Amino acid sequence: MVRDGVEDLEIGLLLEALFQRYHYDFRSYARASIKRRLLQAREQLGFPSLSALQDSLLHDPATLGRLLSYLTVQVSEMFRDPGYFRALREKVVPHLRTYPSLKVWVAGCSHGEELYSLAILFREEGLEERTIFYATDINPAALRAAEAGVYPMEQLKKFTANHQKSGGKSSLSDYYTADYGRAIFDKSLRSRVVFSDHSLVTDAVFGEMHLISCRNVLIYFDRPLQDRAIGLFRDSLARKGFLGLGSKESLRFSTHTGAFAEFDRDEKIYQRQDA
Amino acid sequence: MRAVAIGGSAGAVQALLRILPGLPADYPQTVLIVVHVPPDRDNALVPLLASRCAIAVKEAEDKEPTQPGVAYFAPADYHLLVEADGTLSLSSDELVNMSRPAIDVLFESAADAFGPQLTAVVLTGANSDGARGLKAVMAAGGAGVVEDPAGAYATAMPSAALEACGEAKTLNLDAIASYLLRL
Repeated sequence: MVRDGVEDLEIGLLLEALFQRYHYDFRSYARASIKRRLLQAREQLGFPSLSALQDSLLHDPATLGRLLSYLTVQVSEMFRDPGYFRALREKVVPHLRTYPSLKVWVAGCSHGEELYSLAILFREEGLEERTIFYATDINPAALRAAEAGVYPMEQLKKFTANHQKSGGKSSLSDYYTADYGRAIFDKSLRSRVVFSDHSLVTDAVFGEMHLISCRNVLIYFDRPLQDRAIGLFRDSLARKGFLGLGSKESLRFSTHTGAFAEFDRDEKIYQRQDA
Repeated sequence: MRAVAIGGSAGAVQALLRILPGLPADYPQTVLIVVHVPPDRDNALVPLLASRCAIAVKEAEDKEPTQPGVAYFAPADYHLLVEADGTLSLSSDELVNMSRPAIDVLFESAADAFGPQLTAVVLTGANSDGARGLKAVMAAGGAGVVEDPAGAYATAMPSAALEACGEAKTLNLDAIASYLLRL
């Protein structure tokens, strides 16, 4: 049924070139979205064809950074899906309180919206001091943005409403200063954060986590790659550790589904259980 | 594998209530639907239409294989795409035509996946989402159907689709319903 057009061939070749030249592996990403993003990059970067884009990619490393911003860009907002953060606050935090020290992994942190949401939530709940956050992404530019913690002021109205709906116990404005149309988040929020380059496609376990939050990342993967990532999460979680996914993601189709119990079905929060 | 992709915005719920209940439970095509809905709201469309239709109606899930006789709705705040193997993908990418889900995103990916086996339908709406997608569908050999702007609740969307695709069939809602039955 697949109609093997030239463009589809070019996409396969370009992704292979990207992997062999720079070790960024998008070959197992869900193809329909990758195709949209590649065609958008081709058009906006001004190449006549994907083959021309590939040629530039192979010979000019500067093209890599420009292409990555198309392939990995994730739009998000702080406290996106407030019900998720409310469930973390009301149902997961009581479990986390029983541990003397905590590790939290924000996998695919992009520009850091989810990371800062969790850091604020943990501060409000008095858990921040005993927690180390790991914020990982494959795109170095995204990691720099996450580390900077600066967002356009026009987004703050939405962020603030989300924070309130999530059961926020403070005012979001306590955590940032406004400056020329930008909100700059307090650097103390990242004093317990380790930012790191990590790929769910090619990298391995790096610590034992009590909570992993990975939202709207797995939907970009094909089924086998989703399975790899979920296996990685299972192996990275402490006994009874928690895994939070995006509102339209689930473990239902995964081969690792037996390793997790549904902790909050509506908010897609899972708990590792021993086999 | 054959499929019908439907997109609509303002007034689309009433339009779908005129079209979908006419399809029989053993309808031989997969039906994929994008309706612009506010991002924060749970999709009330699915239970509403499920209660009125003979075909199965559900919200699309990520990496779900499609089946004939089932209508899949894009969830609020996610784009719906079709992969080459006929499975569905969701995406949280930026808004397209100020919408997520966007009709163009569904139509363009469905055109790739189904080619000439696809029929795409643009219904009522007050923006131009779907026009570019319909063009892609017809370029891949699929059939294009547009709700007659003369009788549409909002004319902008069907008018934009017709402007982009002059060869698309222009039909009123009852004619669309019987057209889909004959596929």
